Amino acid sequence: MAHSGPKTPHSDTLAVHAGQSPDPATGARAVPIYQTASFVFPDTDTAASLFNMETPGHVYSRISNPTVSVFEERIAALEGGAGAIATASGQAALHLAVVTLMGQGGHIVASASLYGGSHNLFAYTLPRFGITTTFVSSRDLAAWKRAVTPQTRLLFGETVGNPSVDVLDIPALSGLAQEHAIPLLVDATVSTPCLGRPLEQGAHLVMHSATKFLSGHGVVIGGVLVDGGRFDWVRSGKYPTLTEPYEGFHGMVFAEESTAAAFLLRARREGLRDFGACMAPMTAFQILQGIETLPLRMERHIANTGKVVAFLAAQPMVERVHHPDLATHPDHALAKRDYPKGCSAILAFELKGGRDAGRKFIEALTLFSHLANIGDAKSLVIHPASTTHFRMDDAALAAAGISPGTVRLSIGLEHADDLIEDLARALRASQR
Amino acid sequence: MQFIVQGYPAYAYTGAKAFDPTLPAIVFVHGAALDHSVWQWQSRYFAHHGHAVLAVDLPGHGRSPGALRTTIEALADWIAALIDAAGLQRASVVGHSMGSLVALDTALRHGDRLARLALIGASIPMPVGEAFLAAARDNSPAGIEMETVWGHARQSLLIGSHVPGLSLLGASRQLNARAKPGVQYADLAACNAYRPAAEAVRALRMPTLVVAGKRDQMAQFKAGQALAGEIPGAEFVALDAGHSMMSEAPRETLDALRRFLR
Repeated sequence: MAHSGPKTPHSDTLAVHAGQSPDPATGARAVPIYQTASFVFPDTDTAASLFNMETPGHVYSRISNPTVSVFEERIAALEGGAGAIATASGQAALHLAVVTLMGQGGHIVASASLYGGSHNLFAYTLPRFGITTTFVSSRDLAAWKRAVTPQTRLLFGETVGNPSVDVLDIPALSGLAQEHAIPLLVDATVSTPCLGRPLEQGAHLVMHSATKFLSGHGVVIGGVLVDGGRFDWVRSGKYPTLTEPYEGFHGMVFAEESTAAAFLLRARREGLRDFGACMAPMTAFQILQGIETLPLRMERHIANTGKVVAFLAAQPMVERVHHPDLATHPDHALAKRDYPKGCSAILAFELKGGRDAGRKFIEALTLFSHLANIGDAKSLVIHPASTTHFRMDDAALAAAGISPGTVRLSIGLEHADDLIEDLARALRASQR
Repeated sequence: MQFIVQGYPAYAYTGAKAFDPTLPAIVFVHGAALDHSVWQWQSRYFAHHGHAVLAVDLPGHGRSPGALRTTIEALADWIAALIDAAGLQRASVVGHSMGSLVALDTALRHGDRLARLALIGASIPMPVGEAFLAAARDNSPAGIEMETVWGHARQSLLIGSHVPGLSLLGASRQLNARAKPGVQYADLAACNAYRPAAEAVRALRMPTLVVAGKRDQMAQFKAGQALAGEIPGAEFVALDAGHSMMSEAPRETLDALRRFLR
């Protein structure tokens, strides 16, 4: 028998309202910026209760802040998660996830097709702290399986890889994660909660660089980590940070304290407290301004991208375009299945003439800005091999789907005809 | 910590303090298809303020194995057996939703083991709609959705939570979804069928607190008011919250319990 549950608000409504009530002190409808380091305790008993987690509330803005909480709860609602923690950057969110789950001896299996910053963290920095990573092709499920060891504590990939625009098969990886009782964390920066809902597809944890589409205007640095609340840490038996007493909080056992939000508790009570990579209230406010229009903006980003992809694919001086809209892209069918509204306003392409043509092309663009970012209202361009991914050797570049001539575009909100005109002119210049 | 109750292990969260049966004890009883963690704030507070706390996982729920009990009376017998197993003469019992029925029934039939009684989100009777029961019987995700959405004030996704960064609805949905197949239906059917004798309720002689949410979509506010009116001398506290007062109004719920249980 079919059953229908009660309705909950659509994403468009959540993007505008979730996690915020009009300010009880002033009636302010917009989210107030609580620009304060600390919060006054009404009495000594309440102070002690807040510190000992006998009552919820704000104590110090490194741990939580009312403006930042609105952002956290809004993202949690959009992703359908149990809760979220805002961080100083996307990198801080990724680091927070890793260190909450494992210490020395921990192992991660990650897609080889990652943002260069994430690759740096896994390949060069975490090994210094005894955490190692095996990189595998995002598309090779057998390789993911082979890479899992008894020490593996996390699977990690980008929902849509940057810059190669490969699509992660979340349901398939979720199956592998469950088989080994380890969680799947995905970086959903490129897809945003408007285009895909990774927790519903089987991911256990989601992170974003909120600097990108969530904020949408290239004005802040921020990140967020969302817990789906579904992973059973106790049954897994591989996560003593969540299931054994923590001396740093009077022997608290996080998974006893909160069945569905143990991960968030530890990440906040240890991770934000001790590593301190918190988000500033002003940053949260600016990201919230962006989120209110996220559903509208993503529609335009995707529509513009479709036109640019079609244009570039028809140009003789373009060797290859990487975008799942194209039937020739290896993830075309997967993208249609998991991202029916479109999956990426990021695309990459290879110019005929390699690195030299790429340099001429980028320098001839006038509307596209040459910089290291994605997900801005403005259209952006970069040459990954010499910038975002320059620490990778040729083999790692190839594994990440990048060649010396790859150009990455982040398509903005300008009129598509103007973007195409700029690209057409620069393409001609690249071949001179 | 674990006890052996009616032959099976029984888990109870002690509020992160070693259980001391010489202290005044409080047993917290959760609602349908939930577990001890719904009392996260309140149980921890009392454990750190001079009480022995047992926030139980009812049999077949959370960390407690054992067969599901299919009637409120059987669950009440289990609570009485737990009080025994914990080496307590008497305990105060605080119940939420289905747990409030269990607490009430424990008071009605094992009154000598109870010190005080607190009923949160309570209603007598506690009828469960046919569509809700059917969804639970079929272990449909719609059953989880109904319990989650109706278990909070209307549009609770759109308002700020009292627990920074936590989505009350999202966390509650995941807690519900962890219940094993059959648990939600057994619990809801037990609630639906429970009909204590009105004269027994009116004859109850026990210090009682009834807490009702003005925006409760599951147990009507008026039903809570009426129940408080039936129990001689019962105190009544109205909160601006939905059915999940412990997380929707954690401070106010704690204040009400603190005044009553001190």
